[in-house]
Amino acid sequence: MSRPYVLPACSLRFVPVWRRNFLVWQKLAIPSILGNFADPLIYMLGLGYGLGRLLPEIDGMPYIVFLAAGTVCFSTMNAATFEALYSAFSRMHVQRTWEAIMNAPVTLDDVALAELLWAVTKSFLSGLAILIVAWALGLVASPLALWILAVIPLIGLAFAGLALAITALARGYDFFMYYFTLVVTPMAMLCGVFFPTEQLPPALQALSAVLPLTHATQLVRPLLLGTVPDDVPVHVAVLLAYAAVGFYAAVVLFRRRLLK
Amino acid sequence: MEKLISPLPKAAARSVATRGPVLAVAQLHKSYTIAGERQEVVRGVSFSVEPGECYGLLGPNGAGKTTTLRLCLGLTDPDAGAITLRDLPVPRSAREARRRVGVVPQMDNLDPDFTVTENLLVYGRYYGLTDAFIRARIPQLLEFAGLGSRADARIQTLSGGMKRRLTLARALVNDPEVIFMDEPTTGLDPQARHLIWDRLKTLLAEGRTILLTTHFMDEAERLCSRLAILDTGRIIAEGSPRQLIERHIEPQVVEVFGDGVTSWAQAHGHRLARRMERTGETVFCYAADASGLLRSLETQPGLRYLHRHANLEDVFLKLTGRELRDS
Repeated sequence: MSRPYVLPACSLRFVPVWRRNFLVWQKLAIPSILGNFADPLIYMLGLGYGLGRLLPEIDGMPYIVFLAAGTVCFSTMNAATFEALYSAFSRMHVQRTWEAIMNAPVTLDDVALAELLWAVTKSFLSGLAILIVAWALGLVASPLALWILAVIPLIGLAFAGLALAITALARGYDFFMYYFTLVVTPMAMLCGVFFPTEQLPPALQALSAVLPLTHATQLVRPLLLGTVPDDVPVHVAVLLAYAAVGFYAAVVLFRRRLLK
Repeated sequence: MEKLISPLPKAAARSVATRGPVLAVAQLHKSYTIAGERQEVVRGVSFSVEPGECYGLLGPNGAGKTTTLRLCLGLTDPDAGAITLRDLPVPRSAREARRRVGVVPQMDNLDPDFTVTENLLVYGRYYGLTDAFIRARIPQLLEFAGLGSRADARIQTLSGGMKRRLTLARALVNDPEVIFMDEPTTGLDPQARHLIWDRLKTLLAEGRTILLTTHFMDEAERLCSRLAILDTGRIIAEGSPRQLIERHIEPQVVEVFGDGVTSWAQAHGHRLARRMERTGETVFCYAADASGLLRSLETQPGLRYLHRHANLEDVFLKLTGRELRDS
């Protein structure tokens, strides 16, 4: 591609590519759904009840409620990241699925959009599973929490976009360990998932303020408690900005990698 | 007798509409940066493929065959030159042009998560075809590929030949006017190759156009009505297999090997053959009339020889040289 920097030109041709991934998921739907519930549930219950018993209330809420909001965001981030890294890389590089698709009247931009939205779909299922568990445990205060269903896809978009850009640079699966170690795990510690960001030293608080997961927890936690979050447009804008920058970088890097 | 693939409903209108070449390529150039070094891999390639013909691109490894195919499909942009596929400019309208193009890639990229049927169904959707339409077409495609009994088999259970045939069937899901095939029989055993060739002939008989890359000379000689020999990014010869042989090589070849071949070649071969080449322990003697060579060889009990007609491989080796191409 002689002009790799032009904006992505996407079309509805992405739909059959999304459906391809959906059909694969359907074949393994039951273990996948169980996985969505089981892993974060173990974390949340273990830390929430075990550790929570030792802790005072945080900002006027029991620790398990605090943690439930964090887990919705954390799980969504992980699901979007995992899908856009490992699974997308398999389809792009190992199985050469993208190559086959691009021989049909589907462009790389369409494929990238399908992968983005598929990762968002997977992450939505993950976030939704935690929300259902939180509701079943009586941790959801009011119907305002239904707005979390609109926030989850924003979180998914932000992290799927970033992860796709990493995938576009990867030479092998090992590369993704750097991203988890250097980005995903620190993010989980810095963004108010397990404890309030106020506990951090000022320098780290400043860093935390610009990380996407912080904006996710600041939207989800009040909604779970039944209050309207502060600065909603800012949080939404930050998540969308990460999604846009990540996806644009991903498309440019995919073009340089695959269309040369 | 194999069953013909019934065309899409629009097929009749289409066959009238296309009058010019299915694919026209003019002065194509493409460079890559490989390990920090700028290399021009396609250097002024021009050719055109007429409706219903099988056109071959022959060349050693690294000649630019696959890059030329990718350029023609609009999967990468040329540095210079013009491409018209199905009367549409490529890369600008490549997506529209690919609607009626089938592609058999060099490496199998069937979807390992799906069965044989699902592979065809999912692939048809990429062309915007409805599930009902594709499902109605799948039995014919499977029959054509000799996979009628394997409809629900997983890809991992198929042999190499079966995978190739499924890849071919997949390339036909959209009833293509033209099929791009990148080394379609590389890695197959002789039975599987013959079966693929047989299917390609059927497709040609149906009036479809094929653009084929290969480095098997027998494949090119068998299938291609015309072909171009590519070397280091340039077309160095073009024509029908017969024309190329007549134009570039003496009609008779005698391959000589055994003890004393060197002294025989110096004493007699040079005199009796119009041209000689040597590869390892074998001397290739080219001549318009081989009778003198044969008479001389009959008096040399230490030498063994093979007398045959010149073929495309002789042309190819004469034009591209006999050294190894490792790339």
